Amino acid sequence: MDKKTLLALALAGTSAAVLAQGAAPATYGFGKAATPAQIAGWDIDVRPDGHGVKPGRGSVEQGQAIYDAKCASCHGTFGESNNYIVIAGGVEKGDLKTGRAASLKSGEIRTLGNKLNYATTLWDYINRAMPWTNPQTLKPDEVYAVTAYVLHLNDIVPADFVLDDKNLLTLPMPNRYGFTTEHGMGSVKGKPDAQGSACMNNCAPGEAKVASILPEFARNAHGNLAMQVRGYGPTRGIDTTRYEAGKGGTAAPVSTAAAKPAGNVEAILKTNGCIACHGVTAKVVGPAYRDVAAKYRGKADGQAYLVKKMREGGSGVWGAVPMPPQANLKDADAQAIAQWILAGAQ
Amino acid sequence: MPKPTEPGRILPAPINHVSEEQYRAAKAARRAFLKGAGAATALAVGAGAARAQSPASYEPPSVAPWTLGLGAPVAAKPYGTPSEYESNLQRRESPGLTRTPLSSVAFAPLQSMFGIITPSGLHFERHHSGMPIIDPAQHRLMIHGLVKQPKVFTMDDLLRFPSVSRIHFIECGANSGMEWANIAVPTVQYTAGMLSCSEWTGVLLSTLLDECGIDRKKAKFILAEGSDGSALTRTIPIEMALDDVMVAYGQNGEMVRPEQGYPLRLLVPGVQGVSSVKWLRRIEVGDKPWNTREEAIHYIDLMPDGMHRQYTWIQEVKSVITSPSGGMKLLDRGYYQITGLAWSGRGKVKRVDVSTDGGRNWRQARLQEPVLTKALTRFRFDWNWDGSPAFLQSRAVDDTGHIQPTMAALRAVRGTRSIYHNNAIQTWNVQPSGEVWGVQLG
Repeated sequence: MDKKTLLALALAGTSAAVLAQGAAPATYGFGKAATPAQIAGWDIDVRPDGHGVKPGRGSVEQGQAIYDAKCASCHGTFGESNNYIVIAGGVEKGDLKTGRAASLKSGEIRTLGNKLNYATTLWDYINRAMPWTNPQTLKPDEVYAVTAYVLHLNDIVPADFVLDDKNLLTLPMPNRYGFTTEHGMGSVKGKPDAQGSACMNNCAPGEAKVASILPEFARNAHGNLAMQVRGYGPTRGIDTTRYEAGKGGTAAPVSTAAAKPAGNVEAILKTNGCIACHGVTAKVVGPAYRDVAAKYRGKADGQAYLVKKMREGGSGVWGAVPMPPQANLKDADAQAIAQWILAGAQ
Repeated sequence: MPKPTEPGRILPAPINHVSEEQYRAAKAARRAFLKGAGAATALAVGAGAARAQSPASYEPPSVAPWTLGLGAPVAAKPYGTPSEYESNLQRRESPGLTRTPLSSVAFAPLQSMFGIITPSGLHFERHHSGMPIIDPAQHRLMIHGLVKQPKVFTMDDLLRFPSVSRIHFIECGANSGMEWANIAVPTVQYTAGMLSCSEWTGVLLSTLLDECGIDRKKAKFILAEGSDGSALTRTIPIEMALDDVMVAYGQNGEMVRPEQGYPLRLLVPGVQGVSSVKWLRRIEVGDKPWNTREEAIHYIDLMPDGMHRQYTWIQEVKSVITSPSGGMKLLDRGYYQITGLAWSGRGKVKRVDVSTDGGRNWRQARLQEPVLTKALTRFRFDWNWDGSPAFLQSRAVDDTGHIQPTMAALRAVRGTRSIYHNNAIQTWNVQPSGEVWGVQLG
């Protein structure tokens, strides 16, 4: 080895050591290349310009069948339920032409229908997150169909409409011009639209006047505030139970103390999403467990009946809103729930 | 140990509850003491008040039983929990705000917290389809789109990258959203408790984007997606993504809590909380915003003319007094330290002023170091309550010069229906009785 080579090697050794000690490499080589199949499985987003749109089609009629079976239990037969987001309403004649939902001026009615600017957003959301308890289980054609039906509920498309991957991108929405990015909150450098005052003395005339304060009847609505502040120190929480009816309050208080089921069953109800639709004492979307208990307690085949209802779903017993079938509910869990209900849902 | 409160379900705590009688006794004791009554009298009343709360008094000269014996061994609780006497500090739902706890929010109890770091177990929660339980060995992050080499990362990979730790707040865009029109909720937990601050540890997103060879010319936005049932998606502008956005796995010295996105979440400092996507599974680099459901149906700000503001990312300068605050009762006249939190999504808090007369006169509050960018800052102010009605307000200024507006100034521009981004000055009315209630001034 000649001197030159030795020198080159020594230099190379030095620079490698410097890199290892002080500087970060351009890349680290961590992580694996994502395969096209992996990307296809997760890349589900659909943008208004058609990026990511999936081939398929579905009619309003097909959509209604799926909607009634899988969506109406939460959103109402006509998309009118305000249990969750209101799907339909607020779209007026003329909105489709102007591209501005006139009802938003008063802001009294705010629904998916009168807010939405692009149909792709509706498709994307149904595809990724609905039905709420079983997301990402609808096939693309089913998503097209349900999207078409929801658009029909808002009088955006006629009853005989068929939605597909082409017209999804061109369908004008009633509120398509109802959005703006002209504001100061899009960037840290943006200009605020409401600036406070730097005034330090005599900044307002007279004494402060109260325009709004929590009414007495609502003061215990979040529970007893005495138990929501540390119990020692310079202050105490106010004992708001005395604002309850008959104790000086001016109106009946809102009861917030919800009953809850015993340990094991509570976990089952939570894990399986049952509490999304059923309360213990109060009707939410479906009947309260106590009401179910009152109806079936003491009936000979109560246990088997309730387990079957949970498994297969149903409608008509408690109104038109159907309960979707709970195929993933374990048998032991279904039995435990039924037993708990029949024992009075305590 | 008392049973912890279920979010949204108010259970009576067996301790720390002060009845009217106990309250009066405590107040009388303090008054007697302050007025220089005989020490013997004060002690007698004080002891009486203490007895009302616990079975025995251990005032000196008595010696407490915990002094006269052994306590619990080390590691009695291998993972420690707060004292059972602190059970009043709980995350809570606001009754009636949402229809199901699976898509809801639990507010942080700001009223009884100290400093600027939110204990991880009290960090506010917002889930859209419930909180998933994820095995870190099974978790993957995919980065694709306008990159040379789309990649899938395991947690092993992500923890191997160079890391950073930073203290940042997260505030929901809808924080204080219930009070655009009038007072609706009783305490600071509900008016401002969709706010928390942690030390986050993770990899800068820019490091990961460079690892995948991001196309810096074409890339204008990224999409972040959660792996929970809502598969929540938000668009983030590339300037932010390449600046201080972090893929975080650490929170206050341990792994991010399940409620906060275990094992991996995005953290977009200074931006409304929904953008800090939890249970992060995917980042796509693109050239246009996505107009997702969380950007076209929710998290849009309705203006008086019927237009919706879209992509309102930044949380603007804001502050709130946390003590004394709504739902509290001052025990007596005299000295009180007014304290609270200030923050800005645009940078650092420069100053905070406090008014006790509803904004007629202001004086500067002290800021507690450290004052960090896009982090909560604790402020303090000395106050002597003379027993007359007071209207406590705080007003923050950030280092861009933006001054926190009054509710009236905010409403003049945005009306009362925009739900999101209410950064108005909050007013607490101290009444002659010592009770404090939130008010809006005419």
